[in-house]
Amino acid sequence: MGLTYQSTGQSTTREIFNALADHCDYAIALAGNPNTGKSTVFNALTGLRQHTGNWPGKTVQRAEGSYIYKSHRFRLIDLPGTYSLLSNSADEEVARDFICFARPDATIVVVDATCLERNLNLALQVMEITGRVVICVNLIDEARRKKIRIDIDKLGKRLGVPVVATAARSGEGMPRLKELVSDVASKRVQTKLQPVRYSQEVENAIARLEPRVQAIVGNSINSRWLTLRLLDGDTRLVHTMENYLNTGETVSVMPVVQEGLV
Amino acid sequence: MSATTTLNRLSNGSFALVKEVMAEGLTRRRLLDLGLVPGTKVEVIRRSPAGDPIAFNIRGAVIALRRDVAGQVLVSPWK
Repeated sequence: MGLTYQSTGQSTTREIFNALADHCDYAIALAGNPNTGKSTVFNALTGLRQHTGNWPGKTVQRAEGSYIYKSHRFRLIDLPGTYSLLSNSADEEVARDFICFARPDATIVVVDATCLERNLNLALQVMEITGRVVICVNLIDEARRKKIRIDIDKLGKRLGVPVVATAARSGEGMPRLKELVSDVASKRVQTKLQPVRYSQEVENAIARLEPRVQAIVGNSINSRWLTLRLLDGDTRLVHTMENYLNTGETVSVMPVVQEGLV
Repeated sequence: MSATTTLNRLSNGSFALVKEVMAEGLTRRRLLDLGLVPGTKVEVIRRSPAGDPIAFNIRGAVIALRRDVAGQVLVSPWK
């Protein structure tokens, strides 16, 4: 069993997650807070051709489906709804592990237009892991009813990733969402992320630690993000890495963790 | 500068601004993820019959916090 992970390393990570089965061209993750209409977006994109499945070793359910856009097949993986990727509940770990280790070609973050502020926390956390993000400002019809106006262009410029307003219930904005997802997944559009800057003390620690982390994990994981988690003392994540990456990397990252914790 | 108290000591219907989250570790992370960062306005909506947990309006969502957790959030009463 363990032999397959160890002998073949990270190339099999996607197969562990079964993210690119059935000759799909792109794997797309769907993330978002609970109650943002994430499943409605999922159904609007896939036309309700979903089936549920289980994550390896987890009991948390996930939904998967696919759609075709401009003759490419997109596989859509509906992640559990979470407020965060950092609090270590089972749902959050599933979402984080998928975005971090399965490395989907694009991640759609569905946010609730009526309480955008609280939703952006998750969006920023996802954007710390990957730049290949499309923000879907959903429930825009409800926001209009509540007289909330959202400057989509400005939001996109400030975040550095494509943003689209949608009302998945009525299908508003869905063609545009498919177009943006296709642009990001195929790398036709390069996102211009503004990394979150931390206090000088934290930035100094990152500057010291990140080159060493990068030397160990290479480009398999976003090294700045991993460095932040190590500074956070998230040793659980390091153990999780054993399942998805070459165990050699995990072993060699551990001394760096210990040093980082001092 | 108004007096500092904790979230669990506010009466129903009152507002307060978050000054500091004193919790550590996962509880701290959880509270920050819920949007309880310094400067956030919080409304006390109601209490369960036993007085614990307490429901708050935090950035447009109703969130119930146990008293001991709410007690770790420093606030200054608003207005």
